[in-house]
Amino acid sequence: MKNAVGREIPEKIGRYVVKPYTGAYTESPSGEPVHTLRTAGKHVSGDCKMLPSIEEAVKAAGLKDGMTISFHHSFREGDEIVGQVLTAIRALGIRHLRFAPSAVVNIKNPSIVDFVKDGTIDRIEASGIRGELGDAVLEGLMEEPVILRTHGSRPRAIEAGELMIDVAFIGAAAADEYGNATGQIGPNACGSLGYSFVDVSNAAKVIVITDYLVDYPCNPASISQQYVDYVVKVDRIGDPDKIGKGAARMTKNPRDLMIAERAADVMAASRLFKDNFSFQTGAGAISIACTNYLAERMEARGVKASFALGGITAAIVDMYKKGLVRVLECSQCFDAVAARAIVEEPGIVEIDNAVYSNPFSKGSMLDKLNFGVLAALEVDTDFNVNILTGSSGEMMGGLGGGPDVAAGSDISIVCLPVVRGRTPSVTKRVFTCCTPGETVAAVVTEAGIALNPAHKYYAELKEDLEKANMKLVTIQYLQELAESLTGVPAPIETTDRVVCVVEYRDGTVIDVIREIKK
Amino acid sequence: MAEKTIRLKRTSLYASGSSPVNMIQAVFYNEDMLIYDLEDSVPASEKDAARFLVYNMVKNHRPKDKYVCIRVNGIYSEYLEEDLQAAVRANPDAIRIPKVEYAREVKNISERIGAIEKKIGLEEGKIELICNIESYMGVINAMEIAHSDPRVVAMAVSAEDLTASLKAQRTKKGLEVFYARNAVLMACRAAGIDALDIVFSDINDKEGLMEDTALAKNLGFDGKTCIHPRQIDTVNSYFTPSTKEIKYALRVLAAVEEGKKNHKGAVTLDGGMIDKPMEFRALTTLAQAEAAGIHVKGMVM
Repeated sequence: MKNAVGREIPEKIGRYVVKPYTGAYTESPSGEPVHTLRTAGKHVSGDCKMLPSIEEAVKAAGLKDGMTISFHHSFREGDEIVGQVLTAIRALGIRHLRFAPSAVVNIKNPSIVDFVKDGTIDRIEASGIRGELGDAVLEGLMEEPVILRTHGSRPRAIEAGELMIDVAFIGAAAADEYGNATGQIGPNACGSLGYSFVDVSNAAKVIVITDYLVDYPCNPASISQQYVDYVVKVDRIGDPDKIGKGAARMTKNPRDLMIAERAADVMAASRLFKDNFSFQTGAGAISIACTNYLAERMEARGVKASFALGGITAAIVDMYKKGLVRVLECSQCFDAVAARAIVEEPGIVEIDNAVYSNPFSKGSMLDKLNFGVLAALEVDTDFNVNILTGSSGEMMGGLGGGPDVAAGSDISIVCLPVVRGRTPSVTKRVFTCCTPGETVAAVVTEAGIALNPAHKYYAELKEDLEKANMKLVTIQYLQELAESLTGVPAPIETTDRVVCVVEYRDGTVIDVIREIKK
Repeated sequence: MAEKTIRLKRTSLYASGSSPVNMIQAVFYNEDMLIYDLEDSVPASEKDAARFLVYNMVKNHRPKDKYVCIRVNGIYSEYLEEDLQAAVRANPDAIRIPKVEYAREVKNISERIGAIEKKIGLEEGKIELICNIESYMGVINAMEIAHSDPRVVAMAVSAEDLTASLKAQRTKKGLEVFYARNAVLMACRAAGIDALDIVFSDINDKEGLMEDTALAKNLGFDGKTCIHPRQIDTVNSYFTPSTKEIKYALRVLAAVEEGKKNHKGAVTLDGGMIDKPMEFRALTTLAQAEAAGIHVKGMVM
């Protein structure tokens, strides 16, 4: 069958029953009470939640074959919790698990591929897969398709009963012996633990793992003791250099700077650019540069924002410190500066990912966004966006919050170069559709700005940009230009076998990724 | 001279012929002049490949709104003949000649270009020449180089090789090349051609670039070569005329128009004669204003 973005999707993929994508705002929650596996607990004075090892905690939690385990991704590339836990589980002979971390899986040592090959894991549900695992999945590593969800879709799926977590493993930069835990202090401080809140409050069992045990009570505490079953102290939760990496430097790539400045100009030209506006700019090279250009325009025009949302960077903290933004609502800290600032600054606050982005809650913060700046690998002439697969079909990234931000913000701005190396980035049809074109207001490239005539704010944005003498082009112009420079690449050949399901934020299937033909 | 087409040269940017990515990307910046380079940026082992790529780029993907140049290899290099054969066939707006020291060198190249144009059926004399002045001898002979051939439309001062030839130390302030800049500028003015200033080498020093570009503009240069795309918008902004300059240019052109209507041979404005270079300069001022997005039509004089 074909879904609403014209993608051919099977009705069933293994055990997965497909609900086709019908439109960005058409689906509604079922109306049933939210699902949870959380149970009441009983502790009396003198009880101890500390266990001597991860293995002991896994045993105590009652993890069995076929269950679901979860992790957060706040330690980014420095995470060593996932590897330690999976190694312990393998040693216990537990198999056929569903592995459901909150974001992209890219751990290398040990590799997830090994845990799939030996049967410890046989299902993966994440926001993306890449590297060795991504390559292996595309080559048909797994029997069951990998389910890819956006940041907003994950808490929705948990509450809808689609992703019931049996054991949540929560890496903590600091914790006390009774389970109060945080990412904000300790030698491996990572800042916000916003992605783990929904796991903690809905999993059957919760295990906190830390290398920095503090006296009771741990303060601040992002994770409350009331949800935590066991606490384990390990030697090391991760690589401090990668967890606490410094602020990303402003890119010097002139092309990226040009795109970033244009995106900031689009925001500044919009009628929504006025006191108390809100924005999310993200953490890529173009995003950080765009944040800095936006700050310059705010200072020049004397405009102050009410809040910035999502993953926070040093560039946004800098805006806060200059008084340009009143509150930073932080679901994730992208660098050490942001991680430190969340402790020191009263207006920089840790938020639950569900509050940030769940489309089927009673209000997510991104619905209050005026501007969302998004990166992309490809955009097509219907403004559909690909943020997952690269020019050879390889897995390049995760869905992250991109599709959520596009749907929630008034003006969503997709930034990308028209060509990358020798392949066009603006195409007639993206290889993988992740964000539907109807939620994209503008595509900003070095070769011009294209507005989407099908977007709800097209008319006023066009009027605003024309008033500011900004040169607009059509998306077709960008696509033809890109292909005139690079030629049209040969299509990527795939088999019929679906290896990944790309869910939209409402749980419908917006696209699938098929096995790459060898 | 008023019939001459106005081609702005506020900013020039080199794209290496050995880097397809750079060549594609350079199209999208706001430089007026894009120079596809076969000389310094191309290693000896890649000269033939670069020549082929540049030929195809200019022939098939030439940016519509830029003044397109090809910088060929040195006058006495083994590559020049093949460079000229490919460059002329690609039909750019201009060929940029490095390290020019004598008028006879320019004449020789112009003749060779003419022969190729004739052979392939191109309009003879259409391809223009820009001479890079990069040595003390080039500075000494700037006047004769500027007047050497009708194809020569601009001269550009290049400070790095120049300071080496002078045995001078290159400094940020640039006092060591101050004379050379002025000597070349005056030769350009005398010949009625454009004068292009030296690059400002420190790409991270925006204030230094602003100061140096302000100096170039105040001295009278028509533009500046940029070493990095990040410099382009800053340099362009300095070569954007002020309202006062635009209004004066409009008055000059109105006076010329009035003179034509009344069949006057000599036209005056504010008691002074308007000559052809003044008229051309006024047209250039308006073109610079338009390029910066200033609508001059209907502006009150």
